[in-house]
Amino acid sequence: MSANSTALRRKRAATAGFHLGAGALAILWLLPIALVLVTSLRSFDDIAANGLGSWPHSFTLGNFHQAWVDGGQQRALINSLIVTIPCVLITLALAAMAAFALSRYELRFRRSLLLLMLGGNLLPPQILLIPVSKLSEVMGIFDTLPALVGVQIGFGVGFYVFVLHGFMRSIPTEIQQAAVVDGAGPWQIFWRIILPLTRPALAALSALSFTWIFNDLLWAITVLRSDTKMPITAALIGLQGQFVSMWNVIAAGSVIAAAPTVAVFLRFQRHFVAGLNLGAVK
Amino acid sequence: MAVLTAPERRSPTPTPAKGRRVRGPRRTPPLVLAFVLVPLLVEAVWVFWPAVQGFYLALTKWDGVSPPQFVGLGNFREMAHDDVFRSAAGHTVLWLVLFGGLSAVLGLAAALLLQQERRGVGFYRAALFLPVVFSLVATALVWQAIYQPDGVLNQLLQSVGLGSLRHAWLADQDTALYAVIVPALWRQIGYVMVLYLAGLKGIDPALYEAAKVDGAGAWQRLRHVTLPQLRSVNAVVLSVIVIDSLRSFDVVWSLTRGGPYHSSELLSTYMYSTAFQSLRLGYGSALAVVIFVLAFGVICSYLVRAFREAD
Repeated sequence: MSANSTALRRKRAATAGFHLGAGALAILWLLPIALVLVTSLRSFDDIAANGLGSWPHSFTLGNFHQAWVDGGQQRALINSLIVTIPCVLITLALAAMAAFALSRYELRFRRSLLLLMLGGNLLPPQILLIPVSKLSEVMGIFDTLPALVGVQIGFGVGFYVFVLHGFMRSIPTEIQQAAVVDGAGPWQIFWRIILPLTRPALAALSALSFTWIFNDLLWAITVLRSDTKMPITAALIGLQGQFVSMWNVIAAGSVIAAAPTVAVFLRFQRHFVAGLNLGAVK
Repeated sequence: MAVLTAPERRSPTPTPAKGRRVRGPRRTPPLVLAFVLVPLLVEAVWVFWPAVQGFYLALTKWDGVSPPQFVGLGNFREMAHDDVFRSAAGHTVLWLVLFGGLSAVLGLAAALLLQQERRGVGFYRAALFLPVVFSLVATALVWQAIYQPDGVLNQLLQSVGLGSLRHAWLADQDTALYAVIVPALWRQIGYVMVLYLAGLKGIDPALYEAAKVDGAGAWQRLRHVTLPQLRSVNAVVLSVIVIDSLRSFDVVWSLTRGGPYHSSELLSTYMYSTAFQSLRLGYGSALAVVIFVLAFGVICSYLVRAFREAD
């Protein structure tokens, strides 16, 4: 009886210890986020008088208006979406096609092609920056959003081909053979059979690639020059220069820039985590 | 996970030739060929062709206007005497060790802490993971507010009586690089944790039971069961952090642009400013080649593992 209750007490203490430790860690991690949220709602005078770290003495939504309109975040967010959404759709469509062909048909050089495509994605982007910016000049699309869409698709596709290939390879051949016997062509097999079975992987990769492309800075500042065409990440750096030490506006801008990816994360959390693990080559 | 439904119309024909892989017809339909060639062409235009040019440009002197001038290994000889290059290379190695090492160790520690399914653990995991979805630029700005001379960190130090430690963290050459690593870590640890959580889930619980029966303590179980079982995840994490470290650019660029006086310069930021601000495109390409060489070993081992997996 008493041995039982000590065991119970010890278990309770362990549970309390766990929540104390993990809770402290979570708070430490969320603190910077809370700081930005609070700062974005305070007035400039409040921050100037009381400092960034003080308890808020004011409440205003004006900072968001200032970042959105005067800081050009509205246009930047639209640019980001114009780039990100087609990129995700086209990249995954192309990757699914290539992965289908490479995983379901005995092509010659199947593995070499797969690794070549993956290898392209593993290259450090630095080696590509100068040639890509010159290439887009030659193609006459330098400083336009299509250039950014093009390079994001080209650079990203290899990775998704690799992940989807692994996924499609695990679909049993019998399913495909049955369809072939019934007279289905490659397109029907792809569209009616393989693609629907690949849905979980496609969902995971969409969530993942949305954040990756949306959050990119390097490719944007490589192929774009004009402020009016910059996506939200580059615009945020511009905002920092425009509103020097106006932390309330900069914080509001950061919240605006982070909101879409946080929304995707909260909505598709399960897919998101699955996607990260799909991407890890084991 | 992959097979969700049974085939709708299974024909009664027996499956041919047991043991041999049969995947579709011998002769490849043209559509299937196009399925491979179109994505390959896109990648060739935007990646393979530029990469070849990049390696060639590393052997030239080029201002982007007049035609490139071939100088052989001249750019690499120049690097030997370039102090900024040497310090940037040193910082990159330091970044690899500190950012990579700490994110691996702390990511594993977080995964071990949060591996058990219990009440509230989902919230803790989400809290640690949330920064992963922020762009590095937004992350950088958050931390810039913390690091300001009149920012939160200094106010905090003041209020706990450590006012003497107050510091312009990003403007001081001695602290800039470390001040930049912290936000990068804040964002990376959650990512590494997710990779390790999946790895921990894959360990057979019977192994722990057996170790317990044999009288192994918690530390011994970690040392002799968990860590050996995580070998393949460790390899993944290693590749991810090396590749991520060498690519690190956004966070440094947004916080310090490599300054003050190149004290937080990495090879990636030095390459960008050399190429696009000083317009020394040949030398910039040569710096990119150095980054490629550093990443080469990891890329190869990643591809070898991928090759095995692609059966």
